[in-house]
Amino acid sequence: MKNKYQFVNRKYVLGGIACVVVLLFLIRLFFLQVVNSDYKSFADSNAFFKKTLYPSRGLIYDRNGKLVVYNQPAYDIMVIMRDVTGLDTLGFCNTIGISKERFLARIAEIKNKEINPGYSSYTPQVFLTQLSLQEYGVLQEKLYRYPGFSIRSRSQRNYARLSAALLLGYIGEVSKSDIEKDDYYVQGDYAGIAGVEKSYEKYLRGEKGCEILLRDAHGRIMASYENGEHDIAPVSGKNIEMSIDIELQEYGEKLMKNKVGSIVAIEPSTGQLLAMVSSPTYDPSLLIGRQRGANHKILEQDPNKPLFSRPLMAQYPPGSTFKTAQALAFLQEKAITPQSAFPCAHGYPPLGGRPACHGHASPLTLVPAIATSCNSYFCFGLRNMLNNRDLYPNIHPAFEAWKNHMVDMGFGYPLGVDLPNEKRGMIPNGKFYDKRYGENGWNAHTIISIAIGQGEILVTPLQLCNLAATIANRGYFYTPHVVRKIQDTPLDSIYTEKRYTHIAKENYLPVVEGMANAVTGGTSRGAQLEGIVVCGKTGTAENPHGKDHSIFITFAPKDDPKIAIAVIVENAGFGATYAVPIASLVMEKYLKGKIADNRKYVEDRITNTTILPVNVKNK
Amino acid sequence: MSRTSSIWKQVDWWVVLIYTILVLEGWLSIYAASYNFDNASIFSFSERSGKQLGWIGLSFVIAFILLMTDDRVYETFAYPVYVVMILLLMVTIAIAPEIKGSRSWLVLGPVSLQPAEFAKFATALALARLFGSYNFVFWRLKNIFKVAGIILLPMVCILLQKETGSTLVYTSFLLVLFREGMPGIILFSLFCAVVFFVLGVKFGNTVWWGATPAGEFLVLLVVLVVIMGMLLYYQQNFRIFRNIFFGTLTVSLIGFLIPLFRNVLVDYAEMALLILAAISVYLIVLYIQKKAGHYLLIIFFSAASVVFLFSVDYVFDNVLEPHQQTRIKVSLGMEDDPKGAGYNVNQSKIAIGSGGFTGKGFLNGTQTKLKYVPEQDTDFIFCTIGEEQGFVGSSLILLLFLVLILRLIVLAERQRTIFARVYGYSVASIFLFHVFINIGMVLGITPVIGIPLPFFSYGGSSLWGFSILLFIFLRLDAGRMEKLSI
Repeated sequence: MKNKYQFVNRKYVLGGIACVVVLLFLIRLFFLQVVNSDYKSFADSNAFFKKTLYPSRGLIYDRNGKLVVYNQPAYDIMVIMRDVTGLDTLGFCNTIGISKERFLARIAEIKNKEINPGYSSYTPQVFLTQLSLQEYGVLQEKLYRYPGFSIRSRSQRNYARLSAALLLGYIGEVSKSDIEKDDYYVQGDYAGIAGVEKSYEKYLRGEKGCEILLRDAHGRIMASYENGEHDIAPVSGKNIEMSIDIELQEYGEKLMKNKVGSIVAIEPSTGQLLAMVSSPTYDPSLLIGRQRGANHKILEQDPNKPLFSRPLMAQYPPGSTFKTAQALAFLQEKAITPQSAFPCAHGYPPLGGRPACHGHASPLTLVPAIATSCNSYFCFGLRNMLNNRDLYPNIHPAFEAWKNHMVDMGFGYPLGVDLPNEKRGMIPNGKFYDKRYGENGWNAHTIISIAIGQGEILVTPLQLCNLAATIANRGYFYTPHVVRKIQDTPLDSIYTEKRYTHIAKENYLPVVEGMANAVTGGTSRGAQLEGIVVCGKTGTAENPHGKDHSIFITFAPKDDPKIAIAVIVENAGFGATYAVPIASLVMEKYLKGKIADNRKYVEDRITNTTILPVNVKNK
Repeated sequence: MSRTSSIWKQVDWWVVLIYTILVLEGWLSIYAASYNFDNASIFSFSERSGKQLGWIGLSFVIAFILLMTDDRVYETFAYPVYVVMILLLMVTIAIAPEIKGSRSWLVLGPVSLQPAEFAKFATALALARLFGSYNFVFWRLKNIFKVAGIILLPMVCILLQKETGSTLVYTSFLLVLFREGMPGIILFSLFCAVVFFVLGVKFGNTVWWGATPAGEFLVLLVVLVVIMGMLLYYQQNFRIFRNIFFGTLTVSLIGFLIPLFRNVLVDYAEMALLILAAISVYLIVLYIQKKAGHYLLIIFFSAASVVFLFSVDYVFDNVLEPHQQTRIKVSLGMEDDPKGAGYNVNQSKIAIGSGGFTGKGFLNGTQTKLKYVPEQDTDFIFCTIGEEQGFVGSSLILLLFLVLILRLIVLAERQRTIFARVYGYSVASIFLFHVFINIGMVLGITPVIGIPLPFFSYGGSSLWGFSILLFIFLRLDAGRMEKLSI
């Protein structure tokens, strides 16, 4: 049996282990703290405070070099909590125009580490952002009374022209998801939220710089690091030149005042947007500064939806304006020739006069059919095309060919304009009808109304204007865009490459002729301009909710088109009543620079007309 | 004189003094670590330092109660306390909410407790009670099972709470068992296993001299050295050692000379394996001839080492979870990942290193204040001391811990009952383990295992757990003179 006491000496082993461990740690500590100086410099770098220097945002000009958007100083109130002593809270609140509750709530927010994780009472915290110059002036006089409070200047957007609000968009504080998507941003940064400000954010924002400062254990700034040798200067944002003619834009907005709808004007030879009016619109200066949130809410709640960018996002049945596109597809697919004549009996005879038509001579060939907007003609055309069993074994490939022509002309998908939230419209495909009517449950007559731009077809005003530009170009278009120059940067090639429809140029000629005749002696007589051959096509979009929408597409001059326009006036009835004169005035303004005296009465009639859906409903 | 008044004379005031210094220094460190520029009051109960002061106050109350209690209570109620704690651990697994991936917190209204912290003293009591029972003989198989059961049961429970760190603390009882007669070879084997593991993993993907896997080579080299040492230690016949030593040397020399004359690469790990095999055969022959047990031991050791070596890779790649692999790799310096798994350790080394010789001064540490070091008032509290008190302060703390542990060993040795001695060694071993792992982790020596630094890390449960652990022993020590000599 072993003696119990023989293990007594093991206490030395255990004590020895403890000694060895502690000795090992002491050596390690000695190397970390005394011998090795690397960690000391690491710690210094940790104590850096990188102060962001904000670049000035790029300016925005119109196509004639007129300044549209610029920067102006804005002021943030900063507070160093520890320095706030004997504050006259009420006086302070009155000076900056906030309630005492708001003041206390804001202070609580600043101190709350969950909301404001970087909080330290030694460093300036943002108390209130974006004071206007006036507010700043009032506060600055009395600032000495409020120790701990200071003012930091920052820049904010301002608008030289109070138009094109929806086009320009606005900037605002970045959201959490913006920060996650792009690590350029940090909490509190500003970025474009809509319009050009958003789509050209990467160019406009510039590059932030940084100033490296040293701070102590309390977070107080002690000095700049190595005399600022490692500081990075901010790079200003790039200036942008829009293709928009701001005067034309303003004129369009004036004409559309008190009406709901859109004007889109494109320079066909480049695809540049000359004007893009969305009505009603708003004063862009409402969405800057401290009142942005409140104003945004008011605009959001307006029943006429001024924040809704109609040229890109509103989708309408194109009505008779779509007949031009139909004629092109039918000609290309040999469903008709310019000489084909079809009868009209106040409607489409094979279906007993449905869809109906107005009174005109019969039968008609293509050019007068476009000029008088004969429904029957295009119904025959669609039937001929879809029933052509020499070319297509059944209706599916025939309809596929039709659909492809529409898509080639820019319908059914977003065109790719350089603005956010463009809608695609609606061009049904064969599957759509298979689903609705069964695989063999439909034929040309089932869907005949698409021939006259009704039925399932939906287009945006931008797509309609693009159609006008494509016809003006006789077979191609450029992707429409609002920005034509970015400082020191070439434009994206998608805006400089032609996109061809697959329709031969000669097929465009009778369509152009028809549109010219529509102006000289057809449905669009109000679009005539002295000395200029104008082409146009009216349309009326059926509106199940109220009065029909008035539509007009046009371009001029006929043989050297400078401008293509689409106008939609909601609830304005037949195309010729409002859309034609509005487009005509815009065109005259652009091509001639001013409105002829003998047309002033048209201008007055339009500007004095109010057609708001809310009013319409009340009647 | 009443019995209690004599107790106060018998209490080891040195330990109480060190304890007091450590908890107060811990309180200041927590204040410094959680100091957030504003709520400057160290007493504010809304701050961690204020709360910790509350826990410290309660600890002294607990200590007083423990010292006032009749010391026979501890032995008598050792098993019931142990059983209650095990039940509590099991209840915790079932009902604890998941906090940071572990289920170890028992939430009772506003109070949250970590039963694992209290299970340590209960286990120590039960183990001491078992060893102290009449005529207990450790090396009977039945008793070995009992001992293993007492230690393993709480380990399993705590492992099920996903508290790997607290589970590992129970391995510190091996030191107690060693003191009570567990063969030293077991401790030595465990030590070798750790060394082999570290070498095997750290050099696992390194190749030396063209064809030698460095990890295997190094481990086999250590095995050869250990075998030589064992032969010398157990030697009866110097001739045998001489044969083996020079045999090995000769083979090695040939191995090194081959590449000089022939254009071949030699796998020296394979060579070492061959030498080991040759030695084993030689020792087997010797064993058959002389029937001396130590030859068998050496053979067993070398065989086990080789098996262990070749299973390390498998265990590392297939048994350990990826985050555990990463932690081990980072602490072995194999992976430099200052933003990921190594972030804590790297930041803690920076904080400590930036303290320099004398430190930046109380509340002047930039690293800990600006929240670069995570968990700086719990597991990484030692950083704050390192940064603000520098080498001087952190060495003093380390030395205080050393003095405490050595003093506890002295006290344990002077006990007259096995119960008190075993309990005392348990206390010393648990403290040693915590200090080793926690400070080792902060210094980047041991892997990041989340266990608190006794008396320093923020938290009521751990502070009370350690205080109870310590003061029960002080009470036992104070009453030792009334015991009959063992």
